[in-house]
Amino acid sequence: MSTLEIRGLKVSVTTENGDVEILKGVDLTIKSGETHAIMGPNGSGKSTLAYSIAGHPKYTITGGTVTLDGADVLEMSVDERAKAGLFLAMQYPVEVPGVSVSNFLRTAATALRGEAPKLREWVGEVKGAMEALKMDPSFASRNVNEGFSGGEKKRHEIMQLELLKPKIAILDETDSGLDVDALRVVSEGVNRAKENSNVGVLLITHYTRILKYIKPDFVHVFANGKIVEEGGPELADKLEAQGYEEYVNA
Amino acid sequence: MTALQSNVLDIHTPQGREEAWRFTPLKRLAGMHDGSAITSLLNSLQPVQALPSGVSFDTVEADAFSPTDDAITQRIRAFSKTVQRLTISKNSEIAQPIHFSRSMRDLNSVEFARIQIVVEPHAKATVIFENSGDLRIGEDLEIQVGAGAHLTFISLQEWGASSIHAARHNAVVERDATFNSIIVTVGGSLVRLLPTVEFAGPGSSAELLGVYFATAGQFFEHRIFVDHLVPQAKSRVNYKGALAGQDAHTVWIGDVFIRAAAEGTDTYELNRNLLLSDGARADSVPNLEIETGEIVGAGHASTTGRFDDEQLFYLMSRGINSADARRLVVRGFFTEIVSQIKDQVIEDRIMARIDDELAKAGAING
Repeated sequence: MSTLEIRGLKVSVTTENGDVEILKGVDLTIKSGETHAIMGPNGSGKSTLAYSIAGHPKYTITGGTVTLDGADVLEMSVDERAKAGLFLAMQYPVEVPGVSVSNFLRTAATALRGEAPKLREWVGEVKGAMEALKMDPSFASRNVNEGFSGGEKKRHEIMQLELLKPKIAILDETDSGLDVDALRVVSEGVNRAKENSNVGVLLITHYTRILKYIKPDFVHVFANGKIVEEGGPELADKLEAQGYEEYVNA
Repeated sequence: MTALQSNVLDIHTPQGREEAWRFTPLKRLAGMHDGSAITSLLNSLQPVQALPSGVSFDTVEADAFSPTDDAITQRIRAFSKTVQRLTISKNSEIAQPIHFSRSMRDLNSVEFARIQIVVEPHAKATVIFENSGDLRIGEDLEIQVGAGAHLTFISLQEWGASSIHAARHNAVVERDATFNSIIVTVGGSLVRLLPTVEFAGPGSSAELLGVYFATAGQFFEHRIFVDHLVPQAKSRVNYKGALAGQDAHTVWIGDVFIRAAAEGTDTYELNRNLLLSDGARADSVPNLEIETGEIVGAGHASTTGRFDDEQLFYLMSRGINSADARRLVVRGFFTEIVSQIKDQVIEDRIMARIDDELAKAGAING
C-alpha cells in the first residue's frame, strides 16, 4: 500500500517576464488502487503538476511538500523518483535518436529492478505487453518515439507503465490525439496495470471521454493553479454538461 | 640542383592564414607542412589476412593519378615515387571486407605514405583501414572507382594519444560508379583528413559519412570537398561529432562545388556537433558553390548543440541515472553512422572507445 501526498504545492517557472507562479497551493492524496481524475481547462496548470512531481528541471518548487510513503520526493533526482515508484506518462514523449525501444526498455527495467532482467523472461514480458497493446513486433527495433504516430507514442507510454510497474502513475493527457480504437486499447492497458499491480493513478485530462473507459474514484476540478472542486464520478458528468466556465470565471 | 630538390622548393609552405589552413595548429604537424620533418618510407599499412582472388596489393613506382594543391600531399609525392597499390580486378565482387591495419609505434620520424586503391570497372569491394598504435604520418591516398564499380571505404582513426595524421583521401568516381566512405576519428593528438571526391562520369554517386569524438587537447579536422564536374551525379555528406574536455577542437568543412557542366546534380551535406562540456570548440562550415541552376537539389545544414534536457529528462524519468542517460544519448547520436560500418566487432569497439573517452572526460557526470 503506497500513498503519494501533495501538500500546499506551489510551483513557478521562469519566463522572459520574470518568475510566474503556476501552481498556487495544491493538496492531493493518492493511494494504491485509487484512480483520481484531474480535469480542467487548458492552461490551468495540470501538466505543470505532473512534471513537477516527476522533477522536470524547468519548474521551481516555491512551497509545499510531496511525499511518497513519507519519503521526500522533492529532494530526489528525477531517476530516484522513478526508482521510488513514480511514473509519468507524458503528453509529448520525447524522441531519442539512435536508441531502440528494446534497448531503452531493458535499460529502464535494469535501473528500476536493480539488476538486468533475465533475457528469456524479459523477451516474453515485452512481447506480451506489445501484443496486449496491439503493437507490431517491429516496434521494438525502432528508435524511441522517432517517427511514432500520436497513437504509437501513447501506446509506448502505457507499455512502459505495464512493464515498469510503478506504485503511482501520472497520466498526462494520455487521451489526447487518440482515435476511439486507440483510446480503448490504451485504456485497457491502464486498467490491466490497475488490476495487476494495484497502481494508484492520477489521470490528467481535458475531456471526459477517457473516463468512460477508465473509471475514476475521485474527480478534481483544476483551475488557476489549484483544485477548486472535488467529488466522485458524478462531477465528471456535470463537467461534460456544463464545461469549465463557472470555475474559470470564478 | 636535382629535380627532386627543386620540386620541394616549389611547394608552398602554409603560414596559417590561408583558407585551407586557418584552423590547423601548424606547430603540431611535426613539420609535415614545411619540409622540416624527418621523413621515412615505413609502409606501415599491411593487409590483415591473405587477400582473396581478384585482389592484389603491390609496391610499385608510380605517378599520382591527378595533381593536388594540398601542400603536405605535394611534399609526400616529392619525397616518394613508391606507392602501395591495392587493385580490385575488373568484374570481381569481393564478398568479405578487405582489412588493412597500421598498428606500429614510431614517433621518431614522419612516415610519408602513398597509397592507391584501384577498383576496376564493375568490381565491387569494401576496404577497411584500421589505424591504431602511435605514428606521425602524412598519407596520400588516391582512389579510382572505375565505371560501374562500387567501393565502400572505411578509415578508422583509433590512434594512440601521440599520433599525428594528415591525409588526403581523393576519390575519382567514374560513370555509374558508387563510392561510399565512412571516416571514424576517435584517437590521436592531431588528425587532419581531406576526404575529396571528383565525379568523372554521369550517373556516379558518393556518400561520405563520418563520426569524430575529440577530448581534452585533441584537434580533429575533416575538410571535405565534393567536386561535381559532370552531369547527373549525386552526393550525400553526413558527419557527426562530439567534443568534451578543455581545448578539444574539431573542424568540419564541407565544400561542394557544382560546376556549370554539372546539370542534374543532387547533393546534400549535413554536420551535427554535440558539445558535451565547456572549454571545447567545434567549427562547422558548409560551403556550396553553384554554377548552374539546372539541378535536382542542393542543400546543407549544420547544427551544434549541447545535451538535450528533454531527452535526459525522459530517460531519467524511467529510472535511468544521469550518467547512463548521457551515455545512451551519445551512443544514439553516433549509432546512425557507426551502424553503417556493418561489422559488429568494429562497431562495438568504436562504441566502447566512445564510452571510455566520455567517462575519462567526465562529460557524463553533469
